[in-house]
Amino acid sequence: MGRVDDILERLAAHLRPLGPPDLTIDDETDLVDALGLDSVAVINLVLDLEDEFDVAVPINQLADVRTAGDLAGLIERLGEPG
Amino acid sequence: MSLLDALRDVGRIRERLLAQGDGLDPFGVPVESVRSATEATIDGHPIVMAGTNNYLGLTFDEDCISAAREALRESGTGTTGSRMANGSYAHHIALERELAGFFGRERCVIFSAGYLANVGMISALVGHGDTVMIDADSHASIYDGCRLSGGDLLRFRHNDAASLEKRLERLGERAAETLVIVEGIYSMLGDRAPLAEIVALKRRFGFYLMVDEAHSLGVLGDSGRGLAEEAGVEAEVDFIVGTFSKSLGGVGGFCVSDHEELDLVRYASRPYIFTASPPPSVVASTRAALRVMGERPDLREMLWDNARRLYSGLERLGFRLGPEVSPVIAARFGSPGEGLAFWQGLVERGVYVNLMLPPATPNGEALVRCSMSAAHTSEQIDRICEVFAELRNA
Repeated sequence: MGRVDDILERLAAHLRPLGPPDLTIDDETDLVDALGLDSVAVINLVLDLEDEFDVAVPINQLADVRTAGDLAGLIERLGEPG
Repeated sequence: MSLLDALRDVGRIRERLLAQGDGLDPFGVPVESVRSATEATIDGHPIVMAGTNNYLGLTFDEDCISAAREALRESGTGTTGSRMANGSYAHHIALERELAGFFGRERCVIFSAGYLANVGMISALVGHGDTVMIDADSHASIYDGCRLSGGDLLRFRHNDAASLEKRLERLGERAAETLVIVEGIYSMLGDRAPLAEIVALKRRFGFYLMVDEAHSLGVLGDSGRGLAEEAGVEAEVDFIVGTFSKSLGGVGGFCVSDHEELDLVRYASRPYIFTASPPPSVVASTRAALRVMGERPDLREMLWDNARRLYSGLERLGFRLGPEVSPVIAARFGSPGEGLAFWQGLVERGVYVNLMLPPATPNGEALVRCSMSAAHTSEQIDRICEVFAELRNA
């Protein structure tokens, strides 16, 4: 399993309770359309994700995040040693 | 997709909210007349104003009104432009000197609104590649300043110094160049920032610290300088921002600091450069209010007596309130509809407060938010409690 896949699996555990029952989360899952998250909900989720992945996620970098895969990719990039 | 669709969406959200209640729109109440710091007329009926953040009750202070009148006659109704274009009036310069003196600081810059003070200061200090770290429950003006700055915006959990510490550790060496922003009193639930703990982190990580004393100026500290004074850590706060529109009864905002670079904000802050400067009458009444605030510590005592009376009254009635006694006293409701119905009931019975709804509120709650003033009487506060009790039992 690659690092992004691993991140996506852990991310799914945070996203699943926010969406409709029986929703399958994969990298294409749209955070707004499928999960019904608005921008405030995504921002609030970030606090949990920062602690889960021990990474700093600037809110301004969420602008291009549409899917769970986008979010996993952002967390992966930000977690790389600078 | 029409240009107007986003506004139409706002309209639909508003209609859905109003359909859950039966009365006034909480976000557009016509106030027909204002008779004093605590009394007005709404919908033809007298009403107690208990949601206006008029903490010291100075909006009708005779000295403040006289000062404003005199400045109107001397200097006219407005400045018709920014200070960069139209110059600084004597009142602007005097207010900056007096505020710096009040806070014991080297420098002060005033802005045309409290909102602009935050947006103007943050966007001038922080740029692309910089990092700003804010409390998750920060005021919209802090969020907007961060967005305008183009810097990296990080948040820590509300009033949680451990959460801030963990995030500073993640930043490594960048932490020392980060701007951390907290508020003296948070406007939703009335709770104070844990400033002593945050200053202890500043000593360890070396970040820059800004405290927004919008709701704590005139309210906290022996001299009314806010939470930094109360916590005994003023020397370690780099920038204090605040507003004239609450305890000082005017409109406008400010930043004080000992950093000599503060004066350069006048050339770098777009909200400062491109907004007309505060009108002479407002600056004059603010100067008078600052004097009154210094001469009348009893106003602060009256304010806190009133805050304790209302907080304990509502607590006894079983309302869920913010975590500590404060002049900002919010009763918490589970849903917007529940909060709206309660708010409308209060207004119908002659009590005006604020209805606050998500996403402005923490935890998705609806808040019926009161704010106390030194000018409230015991009878008014007891009446507010009676109306809360009536509605709870209805």
